[in-house]
Amino acid sequence: MMTNVELSTFVEGTTHYFETAANQPASVGSPYLVQQGKPTVQEFTGMISIAGKRRGIVYFTASRPMLTVLLMRMGETELTEENMADLVGEVANTISGNARRDFGKDFMISVPQVVAGEPEKVATPDNVRSFVIPINWRSHAAQLVVCLE
Amino acid sequence: MSAAPAEAQTQVNSKLKLMICDDSNIIRRKIERELKIERLEVIATASNGRIAVETFKKTPADVVTMDITMPEMDGIECVEKLVAIKPDVLILVISALSDKSTAIEALKKGANGFLCKPFTDRQLTEALEELLRGAQ
Repeated sequence: MMTNVELSTFVEGTTHYFETAANQPASVGSPYLVQQGKPTVQEFTGMISIAGKRRGIVYFTASRPMLTVLLMRMGETELTEENMADLVGEVANTISGNARRDFGKDFMISVPQVVAGEPEKVATPDNVRSFVIPINWRSHAAQLVVCLE
Repeated sequence: MSAAPAEAQTQVNSKLKLMICDDSNIIRRKIERELKIERLEVIATASNGRIAVETFKKTPADVVTMDITMPEMDGIECVEKLVAIKPDVLILVISALSDKSTAIEALKKGANGFLCKPFTDRQLTEALEELLRGAQ
């Protein structure tokens, strides 16, 4: 089970990402535990597998309209599906990588795996409950899901 | 076809060749787009360490920006291989892995600087300028 301090690492990482990469802060809500079923999956999801000191998965999931605006804010002109998929992977990778500042080098992260439009392919470990960090940015909603043993 | 003026040719020739290595297309494009340093000219991009080494053998760059977490060959191994090919190459590692030990490992393998993702355009420019200053 994750501690509040550990969760705050991901909240701060998410806040920092939007402030820096998009140059526009997001409203990052308090993490909540998924009580029943699986957490939300939107059109594009970037997943990072975690191994080493902790095991599990971290994923960022967002809608096409949000990713379109985010790409534009980053100065990208090619608003393609490939770049949206690339972006969700990069967001998940960056926030997970930044978490090593607190978790240490034994918090080992995989390269991103990206899923577009197939929520059944986003799997969290069965025996571990997921925390959802809600992200609101420019009227769009996205989620960072953290599921660690 | 007329030859370019000598001064212009000297300017072109004096540019440092930059290779960008990152598995994210949007990051490669961002670095290329936001590059504000006249002395640098992008000559190649690579989406993983293996491609970077192959490209570097054919066309050695003077400066390289290097991600760490990549498929096939990661950035740490790639830094070591590039330095073995060209010991005076300048390498700026640009990675999300923000623990100190990763930065230290990259520097031990021969990298010259470290910039943490996410980064602003200004941070990128400053990191590259510092890298070039350090080489002078």
